[in-house]
Amino acid sequence: MRLAARDLAIGHGGRAIGRGLSLAVGPGEILCLLGPNGCGKTTLFRTLLGLIPALGGTVTLGEAPLARLGRAAVARRIAYVPQAHAPPFPYAAREIVLMGRTARLGPFASPGAADHAAAAAALDRLGIAGLGGQDYTRLSGGQRQLVLIARALAQGAPLLVMDEPTASLDFGNRARVLAEIAALARAGAAEGRGVIFSTHDPEQAFALGAEVLLMQGGAIRARGRPEAALTAARLSEVYGVPITVERTESGRLVCAAPLGLRRGG
Amino acid sequence: MTAGGGWRLGAALLAALLVLAGAALLVGPYALTPGEVAAALLGQGDRQAGIVVRQVRLPRVAAALLLGAALASAGAAYQALFRNPLVSPDILGVSAGAGLGAVLGIFLSLPVLGIQLAAFAGGLGAVALVWVVAAAVQRGDPTLVLVLTGVVVGALAGAATSLVKVLADPYDQLPAITFWLLGSLAAVTPADIAPALPAVVLGLVVLGLLRWRINVLGMGDEEARALGVEAGRLRLWTVVAATLVTASVTAVAGVVGWVGLVIPHVGRMLVGPGFGRLLPVSAAVGAGYLLVVDTLARSIAATEVPLGILTAAIGAPFFIWLLARGRRGWS
Repeated sequence: MRLAARDLAIGHGGRAIGRGLSLAVGPGEILCLLGPNGCGKTTLFRTLLGLIPALGGTVTLGEAPLARLGRAAVARRIAYVPQAHAPPFPYAAREIVLMGRTARLGPFASPGAADHAAAAAALDRLGIAGLGGQDYTRLSGGQRQLVLIARALAQGAPLLVMDEPTASLDFGNRARVLAEIAALARAGAAEGRGVIFSTHDPEQAFALGAEVLLMQGGAIRARGRPEAALTAARLSEVYGVPITVERTESGRLVCAAPLGLRRGG
Repeated sequence: MTAGGGWRLGAALLAALLVLAGAALLVGPYALTPGEVAAALLGQGDRQAGIVVRQVRLPRVAAALLLGAALASAGAAYQALFRNPLVSPDILGVSAGAGLGAVLGIFLSLPVLGIQLAAFAGGLGAVALVWVVAAAVQRGDPTLVLVLTGVVVGALAGAATSLVKVLADPYDQLPAITFWLLGSLAAVTPADIAPALPAVVLGLVVLGLLRWRINVLGMGDEEARALGVEAGRLRLWTVVAATLVTASVTAVAGVVGWVGLVIPHVGRMLVGPGFGRLLPVSAAVGAGYLLVVDTLARSIAATEVPLGILTAAIGAPFFIWLLARGRRGWS
């Protein structure tokens, strides 16, 4: 299944904040969305998920235009991993994961044995089977993010949209979530999912070798392989501070902004 | 909770309800032994005892069970829907609207059935008005807009009620209005319960069928939609079902507060927040609780204590205790 957006205009309440956005992601591919705060990343995601209508252009999921699909049909094709949050009531983590099965249930049905098995398998795959019985609202931010990824896996959709999955995570959990993203896309051609995620850390694109979409002010500034798209000059311009891209002795690309910056410095 | 534990809890709650109902049938100014009550229920024994048990106490016990189950279930549904543990069934103005309808009915000297119909229509009308206005606003979070509109319409209905009270006959109508607004089952007859029962059952069946989706809606609108739920349609059905349940019992019993706010918390302490278990457990606990409170209301003093006063006197301290526990998640 391939997610494709062509010449998309996005915005709220009829006011466009972005235009001319085109992108595509399919099985086994990772698309990394970068850009400063307020450039329209979240609005783009919400449009791709059909949560708000596109103001122009088209989104297709496989052969089907997104606008013609009901919510359950969309949810069977594309899963959303929001930023880790806390619902007002103390659901067990397992119940949160089970909610991923909703799109596969009849309107009056509750999850059955097969759904419980799928939820358990998703928790297992992320190595957090032990969290299943725990109160979700009492988990750490990193654990919650993993539970939400498990929920997206239980949803069984071939496409995943992740909104800043590593924001507010500590260093270790950030590495774990990144590793999971890589594993999700590369779990063999048959099972490999298409992943779109947003981040504030350009190094994650280098580390994953992901396709890059660099946004600024509602438009796409650069796209393609990270080494070509994320040059020091372009990053400096988009983020408004001087940024260098350096290669370490081990061959890894890292980004750095000098300390002691002042506005316009 | 395991499935076995769930059955055990359900059986325990049912047994407790039966014991409470049996005990409530024994309480009253006309002293009866358990044997006499049992005989009266079977249509045997003393004729006088038969009338007291079958015509007076049984309808009242049934009405208390129905009222408690209805308010607690609607409260549980609204707390899940609005993702807020401080929400009660009258959040969308159903009580205020029913109050205005009943007060108008009393003011116009309608018969009892007319007052009940006016209260029922007032409750449904207020929530319908809230829904239409909130749908027309179309800005921001739809749930928040719905709650704020409910507050506005509720306040407006309250003001209209006050106006009718000012205009009402102070010797005849005003006491009746005041008594109705405090809630009571003192005058309840089988004929009052007959129309309310099917409406409550219908609403509870709808909520029961939607149990899993109401859980998912508790994750918030956008997330629920991303998980495959048509959130707007589901919210409408939930509000219609909970309003039907609340308006039909409020039309019979008057405004009884606190039950729908407090009992779902007890339900969550027992079985957690999953709505599929929370709904029946809240209904059972609410039914038992209201039966106890109503039995107190008719037996602790020479005159009837209005139900709404007792539920507030018990509910408010309990709620403060909940706040003091201060546990995130309100379990």
